[in-house]
Amino acid sequence: MAWTKNVLRVNLEAGTCTTEPLNLQWAQDYLGQRGLATKYLVSEIDPKIDPFSPKNKLIFVTGPLTGTMAATGGRYSVVTKGPLTGAIACSNSGGYFGAEMKFAGWDMVIFEGASPKPVYLLINDGKAELVDASHLWGKTVWETEEIIKTQHQDPQIRVASIGRAGENRVLYAAIVNDLHRAAGRSGVGAVMGSKNLKAVAVRGTRTDAYHLADPEAFFAATEAGKKVLAANGVTGQGLPTYGTQVLMNVINELGALPTRNHRDVQFEGAHDISGEAMHEKRPTDGKANLVTNGACFGCTIACGRISRMDPGHFSVKDKPQYHGASGGVEYEAAWALGAANGVNDLEALTYANFLCNEDGFDPITFGATVGAAMELYEMGVLTEKEVGFKLPFGSTEAMVKLAELTAKGEGFGKIMGLGSKRLCTKYGHPELSMTVKSQEFPAYDGRALQGMGLAYATNNRGACHLRGYMVSPEVLGIPVKMEPQATEGKPAMLKAFQDLTAVVDSAGICLFTTFAWGLSDIQPQIQAACEGDWSEERLLLVGERIWNLEREFNLAAGFTAKDDNLPPRLMKEPAKTGPQKGAVSKLGVMLPEYYQLRGWTPEGVPTTETRKRLGV
Amino acid sequence: MKITFKLFASLEVHLPPEARSRHRIDLEVAPGATVADVIRHQGVPPGQCAIVLVDGVWVAASEWGSRVLSEGQALAIWPPVAGG
Repeated sequence: MAWTKNVLRVNLEAGTCTTEPLNLQWAQDYLGQRGLATKYLVSEIDPKIDPFSPKNKLIFVTGPLTGTMAATGGRYSVVTKGPLTGAIACSNSGGYFGAEMKFAGWDMVIFEGASPKPVYLLINDGKAELVDASHLWGKTVWETEEIIKTQHQDPQIRVASIGRAGENRVLYAAIVNDLHRAAGRSGVGAVMGSKNLKAVAVRGTRTDAYHLADPEAFFAATEAGKKVLAANGVTGQGLPTYGTQVLMNVINELGALPTRNHRDVQFEGAHDISGEAMHEKRPTDGKANLVTNGACFGCTIACGRISRMDPGHFSVKDKPQYHGASGGVEYEAAWALGAANGVNDLEALTYANFLCNEDGFDPITFGATVGAAMELYEMGVLTEKEVGFKLPFGSTEAMVKLAELTAKGEGFGKIMGLGSKRLCTKYGHPELSMTVKSQEFPAYDGRALQGMGLAYATNNRGACHLRGYMVSPEVLGIPVKMEPQATEGKPAMLKAFQDLTAVVDSAGICLFTTFAWGLSDIQPQIQAACEGDWSEERLLLVGERIWNLEREFNLAAGFTAKDDNLPPRLMKEPAKTGPQKGAVSKLGVMLPEYYQLRGWTPEGVPTTETRKRLGV
Repeated sequence: MKITFKLFASLEVHLPPEARSRHRIDLEVAPGATVADVIRHQGVPPGQCAIVLVDGVWVAASEWGSRVLSEGQALAIWPPVAGG
C-alpha cells in the first residue's frame, strides 16, 4: 500500500507525541490527503467551535502518491476549520515538505490543543518531539527555516512554518514550506499561530516507509503519465516557459480580468504585469524579472517562477535581503496585488509577493483586500487619517506600504489582516467585499465566466478557483469549449470537475496535471500504488463523497443555501467593457440544477438517499 | 482594410522584433480575409494556435477558414497555455 499506515498525534497542551495506526477503512473510502484528513477532522471536532479554540485541530496530511515516482507526487495539505470563513479549510502545497513527511513514515500529523508556549515539532523518521521555539517567535518564515537547519546542522531538513502573520492571527495567514511554497488560503497559518506552533521540521530517510501494491505496474503507469505531460503543449511547454502568469493577457482580452475591486473587467496595465513582461529586459538594469522556472518534488512540469528584483526599485533600494532570486509572482498573486487594485508595477508586485512568502500570508486575499480598501478610500469612507497615507486605486506606494504593515501587524495593517469582508463591514459597506463565505475571489470575474461564478458560489472553502476550474472549458477549451456566457451544461460540468478535483487533491499529485491528464491517466497510477479496487467509477464516487462530507461540515457549522451566493456587484452591475460587456451573473439559473445534480434538496442539503448512497 | 494582429507567449517571434514587446501590429489585410488567411500569411504554425480570439471571442479551429474579419477587429492568438 502506498500509505505508511502511521498517524502521528501531537497534543500540544500536554506536549505529547503518540503514534496510532491509520484508519484503513477510511483510507479506502476517502483515499488520502484532502479527503482522508477531512474525514478525521469531521469525526473529531464540533463544527460550531471557534476556529481559534484549542478544540480546533490542525492536520498535516499526504496522499498515497506523495513521495512516489508519480509526476508531481509531492503534495501535502493542511486541513482545519478556517478562521477567515468559518468553513472547512483545506490548503494544498507543493515543494519538498510533503514527500519528506512521507519518507519519515507518516501519512498524517494531527495537532490538537494549544501549547502554553511557542514550540515546533521536530520529526526525524519515527522519532517526534516538541521543541521550544521561544527564540523563533517573532521571526519570519525565511529566518525560521534557516535557524532550524543551522541549529540541527542539517540542510536537508524540510520546514513548514508560519511567519509573523500567523503569529498575529492574520485571518488569511499561510503555512509556508521550502521558503516559497504555501498552504496559502483560508488562514490555516492563523490556526497554527493560535496553537503556539511555529513550525514543523521533518527529516525522512526511510526506504521502507511505504510499499507500492504493484511496483512494476506503477513504474509503467507513472512513466506513461510523464510522457503524456511532456507531449502536451500546456504541461510540456506553456507552463514551464511562462508559468500560470501567461493567463494575464488571455483573461484580459476575454474581458474577465477583475479590476479595481471588480468595478471593471479589463485592466489597461495587464501587459505590464503579465508572464510575457516577466521575460522582458527592464529598462532600468537591462535584466528580466524572471530568472528561471522551478519544480516541486517529482514534478516534470516545473511551472514555478523564480524572480530577481531590480535592486534600484524604490521598494527594495536599501534592503539587500530582497536582491536575491526568490519565488516570483504566479498569475493569482500578480492579479491580486496588481489588477485588483489597479497597480501595474511588476517590481512592486514581486516585492509584495516576497513579503507574503517571507511572513506567510495569502497574496490573493491580501491583494483583494487592498482593492476593497482603495474603493472605500475613493468613496471617502476610509480617510487618509485612519490609514496613515493616501490610498487611491493604482497607488503602488500604498499597496507596498500596506503589505509591509500587514506583514508586521502594525498600524492599519492590523485591520488589513482581517480580510475584506470584515474591513468592509467595519466601514458600513459589506457589499463591497468581493467574497463568497468571506473568502476573496481569485483572478476570474464571475460575471464574465458564468461557470466560474457558479464554482465560486458553491465552493466548500469559499471563493476559490482550485475546486472546480471552469476556466478550462470556458477559456482554454479543455476538455471541450463552452461559451463564457452560456449556462447550459455548466452545472453538470462543474460537478464533474469538483468531484475529479477532490480525487486529485486526495491522491498527492498536482491539479495542473489535469491540463493533460484525464482520469484514465490518473487511475492506473492510483490502482498500482494502492491495494483494492480503484476503478474510475469508484474514484469519482470517492470524489463525490469528499465533496458531500465537506458540505455536511459546513451545514453543521451553520452555513445554508443563502451562503451559496455572489456579491451584489456580480449579480446586478453589468460588466462595463469588452466581449462580456453587459453581463451579470446568471447564478439563479444554474444553482437549482446544480443542487439537483448533487442530489441535494432545493435548500442545498444532501437528501437521505444521497447520504445513504455515499455513506456520509 | 486594417486589423490589429496580436501574438502572445512563444508566438511573439512571428511578429517584427520592434513589435514584440507590445505583442501587436496593425495589419493591412484584403477585404474578405479570414482568420485562416491571416494565420497563413503571417507564417504562424496553425498547430501552435490553441486560443484564437476575435475581439475577445473564441473562434474554433473548424471556423478559421470561414470566419471573415472586419475593419478594425482584433485577432489575438496564443499557443497552448493555461494557468490557475
